[in-house]
Amino acid sequence: MKSKARPLFDWEIVRPAIGDSFKKLNPRLMVKNPVMFVTMVGAALTTIGIFTAELGLRGFVAQLAIWLWFTVLFANFAEAMAEGRGKAQAASLRRARKETMARVLHNGREQQVPAPMLQKGDTVVCESGDIIPADGDVVEGIASVDEAAITGESAPVIRESGGDRSAVTGGTRVLSDRIVIRVTTEKGGGFLDRMIALVEGARRQKTPNEIALTILLAALTFIFLLVCVTLRPFGIYSGTLFSVPVLIALLVCLIPTTIGGLLSAIGIAGMDRVLQRNVLAMSGRAVEAAGDVDVLLLDKTGTITLGNRMAVAFHPAPGISPNDLAAFAQLSSLADETPEGRSIVVLAKEKFGLRAREMHELEATFVPFTAQTRMSGVDLHANGSQPTMRVRKGAAEAVRSFVESAGGAFPQPVAKTVDEISHRGGTPLVVASDMMTLGTVELKDVVKGGIKDRFAHLRKMGIKTVMITGDNPLTAAAIAAEAGVDDFMAQATPEQKLQRIRQEQADGHLVAMTGDGTNDAPALAQADVGVAMNTGTQAAREAGNMVDLDSNPTKLIDIVEIGKQMLITRGSLTTFSIANDVAKYFAIIPAMLMGTFPAIAPLNIMHLESSTSAILSAVIFNALIIVALIPLALRGVAYRPIGALAILQRNLLIYGLGGVMVPFVGIKLVDLIITGIHLI
Amino acid sequence: MNPSGWIQFAVYIVALVIITKPMGLYLMQVLDANGRTRLDPVLRPLERGTYRVMGVDPNKEHDWKQYTFAMLLFSLIGCLFTYAILRLQNILPLNPQGLAAVSPDCSFNTATSFTTNTNWQSYVGETTMSYFSQMVGLAFHNFVSAATGIAIAAALVRGIARHSAQTIGNFWVDLVRVTYYLLLPICLVFAVFLVSQGMIQNFKPYTKATLVEPMKVQVEKKSAQGETIKDADGKAVMEEQTVTEQNIVQGPMASQVAIKMLGTNGGGYTNANAAHPFENPTPLSNVLQMLSIFAIGSGLTYYLGRMVKNQKHGWTVWAVMLALFVGGVLLAWHSEAAGNPIHHSLGVAAADGNMEGKEVRFGIFNSALFATITTDASCGAVNSMHDSFTPLGGFVPLFNIELGEVIFGGVGAGLYGILVFVVLAVFIAGLMVGRTPEYLGKKIESYDVKMSMLALLILAIDILAFSAWAIVNKWGTGAMNNSGPHGFSEILYAYSSGTGNNGSAFAGISANTPWLNTTIGFAMLIGRFLMIVPILALAGSLVRKKVTPASAGTFPVHGGTFFILLIGTVLLIGALNFVPALALGPIVEHFLMQGGKLF
Repeated sequence: MKSKARPLFDWEIVRPAIGDSFKKLNPRLMVKNPVMFVTMVGAALTTIGIFTAELGLRGFVAQLAIWLWFTVLFANFAEAMAEGRGKAQAASLRRARKETMARVLHNGREQQVPAPMLQKGDTVVCESGDIIPADGDVVEGIASVDEAAITGESAPVIRESGGDRSAVTGGTRVLSDRIVIRVTTEKGGGFLDRMIALVEGARRQKTPNEIALTILLAALTFIFLLVCVTLRPFGIYSGTLFSVPVLIALLVCLIPTTIGGLLSAIGIAGMDRVLQRNVLAMSGRAVEAAGDVDVLLLDKTGTITLGNRMAVAFHPAPGISPNDLAAFAQLSSLADETPEGRSIVVLAKEKFGLRAREMHELEATFVPFTAQTRMSGVDLHANGSQPTMRVRKGAAEAVRSFVESAGGAFPQPVAKTVDEISHRGGTPLVVASDMMTLGTVELKDVVKGGIKDRFAHLRKMGIKTVMITGDNPLTAAAIAAEAGVDDFMAQATPEQKLQRIRQEQADGHLVAMTGDGTNDAPALAQADVGVAMNTGTQAAREAGNMVDLDSNPTKLIDIVEIGKQMLITRGSLTTFSIANDVAKYFAIIPAMLMGTFPAIAPLNIMHLESSTSAILSAVIFNALIIVALIPLALRGVAYRPIGALAILQRNLLIYGLGGVMVPFVGIKLVDLIITGIHLI
Repeated sequence: MNPSGWIQFAVYIVALVIITKPMGLYLMQVLDANGRTRLDPVLRPLERGTYRVMGVDPNKEHDWKQYTFAMLLFSLIGCLFTYAILRLQNILPLNPQGLAAVSPDCSFNTATSFTTNTNWQSYVGETTMSYFSQMVGLAFHNFVSAATGIAIAAALVRGIARHSAQTIGNFWVDLVRVTYYLLLPICLVFAVFLVSQGMIQNFKPYTKATLVEPMKVQVEKKSAQGETIKDADGKAVMEEQTVTEQNIVQGPMASQVAIKMLGTNGGGYTNANAAHPFENPTPLSNVLQMLSIFAIGSGLTYYLGRMVKNQKHGWTVWAVMLALFVGGVLLAWHSEAAGNPIHHSLGVAAADGNMEGKEVRFGIFNSALFATITTDASCGAVNSMHDSFTPLGGFVPLFNIELGEVIFGGVGAGLYGILVFVVLAVFIAGLMVGRTPEYLGKKIESYDVKMSMLALLILAIDILAFSAWAIVNKWGTGAMNNSGPHGFSEILYAYSSGTGNNGSAFAGISANTPWLNTTIGFAMLIGRFLMIVPILALAGSLVRKKVTPASAGTFPVHGGTFFILLIGTVLLIGALNFVPALALGPIVEHFLMQGGKLF
């Protein structure tokens, strides 16, 4: 499924969000957000103040009350918008997931049920070509199953009811026959359900940084509450009786309503963006942790390389033409269904235009690879049962003994080529026909296009990449260099992977890893961020805290960026919110003191029209800035991997200095407008 | 703002730079239980003996709770000890003037004042305290309250520097080592120097001198019972008295003054404090006293850099302090040099600015500089009367105190105060770069934010709530000698000074009343100990954390950007809380003065 960019203000989302803004005024919901709760109490007190104010000031107090209510509603609207977008995203995800159907047997009749909706105990039918929808036991039938996704072993395995070969794993593919499986795991949609709850905001738990920020904001709110409460006795002494609505206006302007109002929207929108990338996250905490990751463990196969070794070159032996080598290599691979074999056929066709021939036309029989011979190839029978020609390809040592036993010699240049290829990290396959050594086919892991750029990108973000592979160190080093990873682990066992993660964590790193196999599960669970591939096993999916529906391991980069964006957006808006207070003081303090101390007029540097217009302008600006920043909260502040210092400088300039300057302009503008249209 | 002022300012700053590193390196040794100093041959046996007497195992370190408990226990005992001495002064020795026991409320106020390193003095030293009270009851605290502050700063720095640990040092060891190796030796040398400048150090009774020319003064008229007679408005009735004799103070002054400055205590031996000719005899004594106020606070920033193995960080914190200091001096100096516009319009202005309340010996610049230094640090010694400054000149000391005295600050207190701001700055900036905020590799989490904000919260509550209480009550306003915004500044300053453990006064209020003694006493206790507990809790939390190695995603806590960030945080989060109160005090007063109205 490809997600479409949704317009920020989609009427389908805006309309219910407006309604929700009012529903969210429920004090029991509001109290979770201390900043906005104080604002709402202030709005309520000001509303009461309309009736107790002097007659001449009632219009002013009423306008204050209206704008204070708007401040609360705008914050609620921001949250409702974020939730609405999340719900829409979740719904489209649900629709997309329906395409992968499980055939559930219900009272003997088959029903199509979306795979994630499977319940424990359901029985499903799988026939050749079907992907097994969930972990389970075979209760009926026998089938060959391709478990390459878990084991990496391409040879199919047999799964049958009864005995100890009955367990099947979700994500594996039935190659032949028909089996009936009883699902043994809990409802497969657990991830999806949790994710939907997260983006809908219903069961959203605050992430650790969000909690810390909430504490900061609550403490600031408390301090400013104290500032405004003590201002009344100070005023009494100074001969100025500050009215409650004016003190509330000052309070609401000072407390960080901008970030307080947008905080939950930022979190929900972040989860929504994760979902848009087709990633199911178990919790907001996991996404936030992704932003902190500084070590990334990646499986080589399928992540860094295309997954299988491919033939990339023919190196003929002395006296053999490249064309001949290619022809024999192709011949030996015609019936070879392994990816390596197929890649030889493809290369021969690409390079020399050799078309694949039919085995039976050549009266050839296939000699499959065995652990003893370590070779595969074909025997040609011109007539009779005795082979007239034996063509083999295989490991150098195996082919050498094959050639020598036939009375031929293994040429020195071929041995040299074999060594060179090994040093490059490639795999040499020597091709021979009876006593004749024809040359070498170079097989190589093909690094995915663009992967090097992505790793460079990660490095700029401060993330170290570690490649994990079962290859020998030589091969691993060559691929690591080609792909541009920072480090690699060769001949890695599951235990070593786990050990490595623990080691990195002990050194203070936060580790992310992607994995798909069952043997990845312990490492996925140990990692701070474990992204399981959707094609992976159920065990892996449960061990990780995210599932990538597209099974694209480099998706982690996107998740890291989203995690960082969430933090950056919160930090930037907090800075902006606090910096705003400077201008608000310049608007409100002179206005409050002007009556008693006219000499203070020079402090009114914005030349606001009157005391009442100054206070109202500050409050209106404070409310409108929330609306103005909703798009930023939903989209997130852009993240660019330009180094922490550069990001800090940029954001300090925009949100710190900008936060000081913008409200001077904004409040002045509002003042001009409201006095222009005689609101005050 | 004359050239001589600029030159002196430059000399002062250069001298401060020069002493910072040696002081920091020495602190490294002093604050390490196994540190080595040249004084070891003399002091080691004494140190070991002290541990034996106290029953302290110097090798056993404390976790933050044990450390806090030891510190609180020690302070409580010290406070009660001094309270007892003051109450029993009349029967204790070394009292040649035959001074009576100190009143209960004044004793409470004074005992808490010296325990908390505030040295707010609601009494007049010469006429209240015996030599025994001064030397045993008060000077003792001058040393140990300073040592306590340094110990806590060291504990917090250890919390930052160590990782995956539990303990933050041993309070008793820190206390003993700082007192023995740092404060006593320096004070000994400093006191001898001060005596060389003409400061007194003796146990003689006060000298009586006959005035060449008798003076007429206005004093409150007393009834036969010794009570002040008041008129219908409740104001004291004044009468004229002719003075022919002067009492000249004597006593062990130099030994007191050395630690009063070095330990940022600030409690004057005399009521006039460092404006008294005995207590600040020469220009050289003046500049060295000012330098000694900042000496340890400045050295501690170097200590921080050393301990966390990031000397640039230490210097950046230092630079932030210096910048705020320079800003304060320039504003105070400018305001005082500009003088009073009313005087100018009347043609009676002193040539170089506002000289009211200043010693002619020191002049405008040295008074403004001293006032800024003493309030940047939580010293509180004065060589001029802050009450008589111009509104903006007086704004500077008040503002400095309300920032939390983090500009070099009280010994230790300045460092742990600014580190609270560092934690908050790192938290907000860390979010802005997109990573869980880290301070020197340690994640700043909700608990750390909570403790840091708690410290700021207590500062704000303590100052604002007490001021608001006093300002609308008879016991508060009755103590003021000035009205309007100036009177407001006096009350605000009193509680700011108490909370900030500064101890200087915007004099002009009669502070020796049961109400003020008690409320300011509590303000001092809250401002000291309720601040320290969350700070030690922060140390306890930081010390347990693992360290994340720096990467391209970590922003540096040194250099220009961090400098701006930290200054911004101190000014925005530290000062915004006090803007309305400051507006009603010095700021309004300033504009009224421009319009020709004084208070």
